Amino acid sequence: MKGFFKSSIGKKLVMSITGLFLILFLLFHMSMNIVAIISGEAYNKVCEFLGTNWYALAGTAVLALGFLFHLVYATILTIQNRKARGNDRYDNQNLPAGVEWSSKNMFVLGAIVFVGLILHLSHFWSKMMFAELAGCEGLQFGATDGAAWINYYFSQWYNVVIYLVWFVAIWFHLNHGFWSAFHTLGASNSKWIPRLKCISTWFTSIVMGGFALTVLVAFFTAK
Amino acid sequence: MAQLDSKIPEGDLKDKWTNYKEHQHLVNPANKRKIDIIVVGTGLAGASAAASLAEMGFKVKAFCYQDSPRRAHSIAAQGGINAAKNYPNDGDSVYRLFYDTIKGGDYRAREANVYRLAEVSNLIIDQCVAQGVPFAREYGGLLANRSFGGALVSRTFYARGQTGQQLLLGAYSALSRQIGLGNVEMHSRTEMMDLVMIDGRCRGIVTRNLITGEVSSHFAHCVILATGGYGNVYFLSTNAMGSNGSAAMKAYRKGAYFANPCMVQIHPTCIPQHGDYQSKLTLMSESLRNDGRIWVPKKKEDAEALRKGLKKASDIPDEDRYFYLEERYPAFGNLVPRDVASRNAKERCDAGYGVNNTGNAVFLDFKYAIERLGKDVVEQRYGNLFQMYQKITDTDPYKEPMMIYPAIHYTMGGIWVDYELSTTIPGLFAAGEANFSDHGANRLGASALMQGLADGYFVLPYTVQEYLADQFNVKRINPKENAEFQKAEKEVKEYIDKLMKINGKHSVDHYHKELGKIMWNNVGMARTKESLEKAISEIKALREEFWKDVKIPGSANGLNVELEKANRVADFLELGELIARDALHRNESCGGHFREESQEEGEAKRDDENFMYVGAWEYKGYNQEPELHKEPLNYQFIKVQKRNYKTGK
Amino acid sequence: MAEGHKSLNLTLKVWRQAGRNAQGQFKEYTVSNISTEASFLEMMDILNEQLIETADPDGPVAFDHDCREGICGMCSLFINGRAHGPDDDITTCQLHMRKFNDGDKITIEPWRSGGFPIIKDLMVDRTAYDKIMQAGGFVSVSTGGVPDANAIPIPKPDADEAMDAAACIGCGACAATCKNGSAMLFVSAKVSQLALLPQGKAEAARRAKAMVAKMDELGFGNCTNTGACELECPKSVSISHIARLNREFLKANIKD
Repeated sequence: MKGFFKSSIGKKLVMSITGLFLILFLLFHMSMNIVAIISGEAYNKVCEFLGTNWYALAGTAVLALGFLFHLVYATILTIQNRKARGNDRYDNQNLPAGVEWSSKNMFVLGAIVFVGLILHLSHFWSKMMFAELAGCEGLQFGATDGAAWINYYFSQWYNVVIYLVWFVAIWFHLNHGFWSAFHTLGASNSKWIPRLKCISTWFTSIVMGGFALTVLVAFFTAK
Repeated sequence: MAQLDSKIPEGDLKDKWTNYKEHQHLVNPANKRKIDIIVVGTGLAGASAAASLAEMGFKVKAFCYQDSPRRAHSIAAQGGINAAKNYPNDGDSVYRLFYDTIKGGDYRAREANVYRLAEVSNLIIDQCVAQGVPFAREYGGLLANRSFGGALVSRTFYARGQTGQQLLLGAYSALSRQIGLGNVEMHSRTEMMDLVMIDGRCRGIVTRNLITGEVSSHFAHCVILATGGYGNVYFLSTNAMGSNGSAAMKAYRKGAYFANPCMVQIHPTCIPQHGDYQSKLTLMSESLRNDGRIWVPKKKEDAEALRKGLKKASDIPDEDRYFYLEERYPAFGNLVPRDVASRNAKERCDAGYGVNNTGNAVFLDFKYAIERLGKDVVEQRYGNLFQMYQKITDTDPYKEPMMIYPAIHYTMGGIWVDYELSTTIPGLFAAGEANFSDHGANRLGASALMQGLADGYFVLPYTVQEYLADQFNVKRINPKENAEFQKAEKEVKEYIDKLMKINGKHSVDHYHKELGKIMWNNVGMARTKESLEKAISEIKALREEFWKDVKIPGSANGLNVELEKANRVADFLELGELIARDALHRNESCGGHFREESQEEGEAKRDDENFMYVGAWEYKGYNQEPELHKEPLNYQFIKVQKRNYKTGK
Repeated sequence: MAEGHKSLNLTLKVWRQAGRNAQGQFKEYTVSNISTEASFLEMMDILNEQLIETADPDGPVAFDHDCREGICGMCSLFINGRAHGPDDDITTCQLHMRKFNDGDKITIEPWRSGGFPIIKDLMVDRTAYDKIMQAGGFVSVSTGGVPDANAIPIPKPDADEAMDAAACIGCGACAATCKNGSAMLFVSAKVSQLALLPQGKAEAARRAKAMVAKMDELGFGNCTNTGACELECPKSVSISHIARLNREFLKANIKD
């Protein structure tokens, strides 16, 4: 394994595995949100369960680490790739139809996802897990009253718009990232590339649809 | 007249090669490291020779004019490679492959060489499979075979329509391995400009780096030329744009004899010419003749209507179609050898039955194959060729028949070599298409790949050692400190200067096209005394004009494509004359060489009494008549017959 | 065949660069009466004849080409924004002028990729691909002493897939098209071909590692699975071979 993570495929493997891990997290997060649609109380139970327990903290740390790796390697790869491209650019380049738009813009999409994430963390995580840890007081709602925070933020139309735009960016990022991750793992061949791409679109649409649903339901049911 | 010694080993035909190998001299492994070998050209013969010799422990320097050894024109061979494996159990054997090759060559090739070729053919297939060449296979996992022109058995191994590519990539991979190991020093984008002779032996070459323009020289204990054929003398041919006869001509001027230059193969299935600006002709694999049927209209008015675009092929009913090969040669039908197929196409077109706007095309029809086998099978067999045809002509061969016409394809003639592939210059060897040895007056389909690889993998590694066995004591020479090398370099620089200084009016291509026209019209598919004499005088005049009036822009110090072309065309202008001279002296029709004076009942008439020899030409100076040397061909093991593709017996 | 045969007048915007380190720029030329039956490179020949006739200060345009039948892999032009021009599954030499219209302005550029430095005008240096091959693109067998060709049966689907990969002509369109300047399609074609065949399996791990290491060392970029390479590949080599390369490389690294 010596030098493996320095090789191009090794670096891509880091992207692939951390990416799949983050996708798994999103699936889990989305399922949780669906709970919020069905019952605010149940959702708060989950929030309480995850709270500041050691396993939740450990999970968060691993998640943050995964995210960090994904981001750092993405930056390294992008810099290297720009360099590999050489100094001169084509005056005119028309890629043939069939090259996914998202595949060409993964870094930009990733950057949008990142900015959205900061906003999202400041909206929720800082008021919930972080507030609990830091012992912040005097917030509008309790640290485990996730449902209240959801209803609060998504009653404001501009938050809804921002989140929906963010979801679209994630959709594009994931739609390429999902099958690409399997491809990098080598779990693909000429038969499976179209299948994986199809699964990718369905999976991404379901997950992101779930998130969008949470936001929209919160907006329309807000008083 | 010096006697040409072909050094054929004693013994029965079957034992000659074995005897040779068992009694030849070898070089001890420690001494191999002290010996340098130069290989010029990295096609099938060159790459396989360079790789094999390096594997044995020699230090090899390889040269090619392309940017990579993988680009040599062997790559363009489509159809396949012959071997006497007899996997299909249809009666093939080493002897039969040998016999077919000699017969196909119209009894103008050396028995011993051809037998050896057939003998090692099986080893080639084994070697290539071991290298990972993805030959076509049956569902059972074993190798597939197909039939080819001039043979009654299926002995051709193939990799779709890209057999040459796959075999070359195999040889290239072996070469790459040796380059990686440091046993081969590779010089790409480098052209050989001359040989360096020391004490009557070839000791190295002078080269020009095509990027920097630098002229330098390289020492070796022996030099192998694997520089391909000279079909581009005709300007339009199926050869690559860069294919040239310059290395052979430089060797010829240094004393290597040039054998049978008039033996040029015209391939029957090429895409017809479409305009004056055309730069090359494209071959459609001969394998198409397995399932395609060749025809022209029976009625002249149909042919005229086709030429004017008033009718399409499909408008002509079967009874008005003349399947001339099937009717004239029932035993072989559309699979007659290339020279026969080509000449018949020309005969029909000259008689006014040509089917395209220029009147120089015949049909190759897949309608019947599609009816018999279904479109799927046809597509599976020839899909990539059909696609290629459609891209070039914008016509769908599934619906309308292809149009084909013969074109210059391969040169059987080349540098004269003996049984050891040694030229008349000690220390200079020639392999593959560059030598003349195995195909006589006509080459059978799928045999060029076989010969290139046989020479490179299995012949030269032995015979070169015979020469080198006493050479390990010759110390490596540093060209920079050697007067002979310096003199050779200086001559090359002067030659380049001479070309650059002409600064005339016309581009190099202008002269090349003119030469091509003279050659095609007078030294083409049908030759006469008059046409050949005319060609000789016209080429001479053109050559004079070239040296007075060619225009080469730019400078010699750096990349200069026009200078590269000028060097090659200057050599073609002498080679063209040599071809015509050889054709003129050979007053018989044999294989690819057809003299109108020598025919009976419309078929080529060979003259074994007067011409059963190899004609090897010795250079006597610029504008001097070369001297002819004859190597008689004694057929001891085979009964010389008239080629008969009509009755099957 | 002569149906629709037309003549074109065209403006060519061609990249001219005197040498590797020289400053390059576009120059415009016009060519007239180009037959739609002509190939693109024949049109370039006509342009060059014209530049020689008129003693153009930059001289004829340097470009790589050799076999002119789509197999040697030497031709390498980027035409109107696409490697090998506006047609699918072909090399530049197989592009015909019927793909263009009268009055068109055609932009002709060299491959632009860090791995392929420009030598002159439209000619680039692709020796990097040779170096990758030298690192491991072979089966380590020497001449002679190999088993009979039919000693090891190979399932037809494997042989066919190996042939699909082996069709690569090493032209460099993949790396030239890739936004990351990655040579993965080229490398994967060879790794995949030889990994599929029993003859190549013995050293599959070593090969994958050596070729990837050389590719990285030579400064080619990292594959991000955009798939642009397979769409521009004149021989339609599929990115499924990249998946196999990834697999082979992973397997090779897990083993040690």
